[in-house]
Amino acid sequence: MSDRAIRTIEIGALTRVEGEGALRVSMKDGIITDVQLAIYEPPRFFEALLRGRPLEETPDITARICGICPIAYQMTTVHALETALRVRITPEIRVLRRLLYCGEWIESHGVHMHLLHIPDFFGYESIIELAKRFPEQVNRGLRLKKIGNRILEVMGGRAVHPINVAVGGFHKGPPKAELQALLPDLHWGLDAAIAVARWVAAFDFPDFFGDYEMVALQHPDEYPMNEGQIASTKGLCIAASEFENHFGERQVRHSTALQAVKLPDESSYFVGPLARLNLNRQMLSVSARQLCDELPIRWPCFNPFQSIIARALEVVHAFEEAIAIIRNYQGCSPARVKYKHFESEGCWATEAPRGLIYHRFKITIDGKIAFAKIVPPTSQNQRQIEQDLIAYLPSVLNDDDAATGLACEKLIRSYDPCISCATHFLKLEIDRR
Amino acid sequence: MNTLNSEEQAVIAKPRLAVFKFASCDGCQLQLLSCEDELLSLADSLEIVHFLEATSRIESGPYDIALVEGSITTYADRKRIHEVRHQSKFLITIGACATAGGIQALKNWGDRNDFLRCVYAHPEYIETLATSTAIADHIPVDFELRGCPINRFQLLEVLRAVLAGRKPRTPSHSVCLDCKRRGSVCIAVSKDEACLGPITQSGCGAICPAFNRGCYGCFGPASQPNCDSLADWYLRGRISAPKLVPLLRNFNSNAADFRTCGDRVDPSSDQGVCE
Repeated sequence: MSDRAIRTIEIGALTRVEGEGALRVSMKDGIITDVQLAIYEPPRFFEALLRGRPLEETPDITARICGICPIAYQMTTVHALETALRVRITPEIRVLRRLLYCGEWIESHGVHMHLLHIPDFFGYESIIELAKRFPEQVNRGLRLKKIGNRILEVMGGRAVHPINVAVGGFHKGPPKAELQALLPDLHWGLDAAIAVARWVAAFDFPDFFGDYEMVALQHPDEYPMNEGQIASTKGLCIAASEFENHFGERQVRHSTALQAVKLPDESSYFVGPLARLNLNRQMLSVSARQLCDELPIRWPCFNPFQSIIARALEVVHAFEEAIAIIRNYQGCSPARVKYKHFESEGCWATEAPRGLIYHRFKITIDGKIAFAKIVPPTSQNQRQIEQDLIAYLPSVLNDDDAATGLACEKLIRSYDPCISCATHFLKLEIDRR
Repeated sequence: MNTLNSEEQAVIAKPRLAVFKFASCDGCQLQLLSCEDELLSLADSLEIVHFLEATSRIESGPYDIALVEGSITTYADRKRIHEVRHQSKFLITIGACATAGGIQALKNWGDRNDFLRCVYAHPEYIETLATSTAIADHIPVDFELRGCPINRFQLLEVLRAVLAGRKPRTPSHSVCLDCKRRGSVCIAVSKDEACLGPITQSGCGAICPAFNRGCYGCFGPASQPNCDSLADWYLRGRISAPKLVPLLRNFNSNAADFRTCGDRVDPSSDQGVCE
């Protein structure tokens, strides 16, 4: 065996992702035999520790799965519990929940695009270096993100782990004047988001396309956030309640996160902004739809590197929808729909910033959680990322292991993996036998 | 004689900041990234040399300031935290996970194997301790910043104080005082609901009562809280132990004052086993 054949390469930790993990690539005689996205974050056992807890505090607890997308957990939790308790929320509560999701999409996409992803396109290690070359664009991005946070603060008291979401609605409806005070910033944000979308759409993207099954919610009247049927680019169309008949979770030795697969053939699938856009472009807000047609990108798009364009378009949509919601807002009374406890079961799926998220709960007669199942977006993308790396690696494998590792990291980052959600992320090892 | 210009001096004098993550949700480190207006100026006064979530730059220690998020739940992390301590001059733990074990400390009251079997088909692949514990249970900590999540203004205050060599000004009074300042109606009195405001440390801005709900203690115990007195007062009223126990036992369940009180109130407390 030559020196090169037995080389093992470690490239620090996978950075600019949320949570911690490693990538291990095994090769024999120059051929890739295995790719493992190893998630080694310590498990926190949410599904176990929820058992026996009062269902009312569930949205506060599931929020703590992820500090970047707590709303996704709160929304999926309350809808799943409301399904179990046969609670019908009012149209006012429904629309305020969309406003919350708009805030989280703006904040989460804002963080991913500017702090985590855009530095890759210019070879910078962080936003701090990026800011030296693009001070205006970086300040614009930070201000966008801040406005997303402001929506969450007005709606929920604070941006990380907001405290206002309740089973049945909200603890308190937001005052009209406080929401309207956001409008000037939101109008600025809409223009700024359009400029961001034009900027990122002009980046250089690797010429890489996959034969993906992209999965997202689809809704006849709106861009999907809190409800819809689960649809795919290969023709799937099911109710959220059928999720577990079509998707399974598998445990692999190298990861503390479970990996989701599509049944019955155990195939990988792709969730997230690109999947949503491919399935729901016609439901975008006016400005986002116009941009979508105008930008130099062919739809449907199956290049994972271009997911940043999908994120940017969703930020445009979120600003435009937030403005419309606030303009029409006349108050929310009651803020919360009443309900009674009974033994029951319910499930639901919503669209987290990173893609489809599914919860199922069983509840006891005295209103406690008896069983919880939580499927976050990143555990669904995990196997797809591994498949992509197998397909992508040959085009970037060369003598320079650092460059190979960086190329892999960039592909992984384009998925915006949230390892804390999936469980926990990064170190690259190329094991060349 | 050679003299440095101010830029060169700044380069030499900049303290090196590192951010480390243990078992957590990332929400507290996100608070650092949420200092939008201060982020770039902060980068002028500190050298961020290890912060996996924010930068691909990874430098080894020693570090002048370390921010540690998350709790200790694995054998590997129990070892790693000693290495972080060894490399760090001033170590600050941030958030309820790092200062009290976090929500995952609920497993301290459960059975590890039961928890493993509940989540994983192959528990044998998973390596985890029976407990989730605060960083200070394992190493000496120079400053603890509370909250689930931490308050970003308090984080900035702590960083500025450390840079200036002074004591951070983070109040330890209870949420009650903030409610009075904010003009919020008292939830415990007006709604006959349990509110942990009287025994919870300030820092959140007293947001829950302002949103018409009781405080659930996410900043942990205030200084010298009389938890037992409050618990007994609630129990004499219309609040039952099964309602009060989960309230005392959530994001700061393993903070000593909340833990002791929760175990005392819990009718099944003989099962309560924690480090």
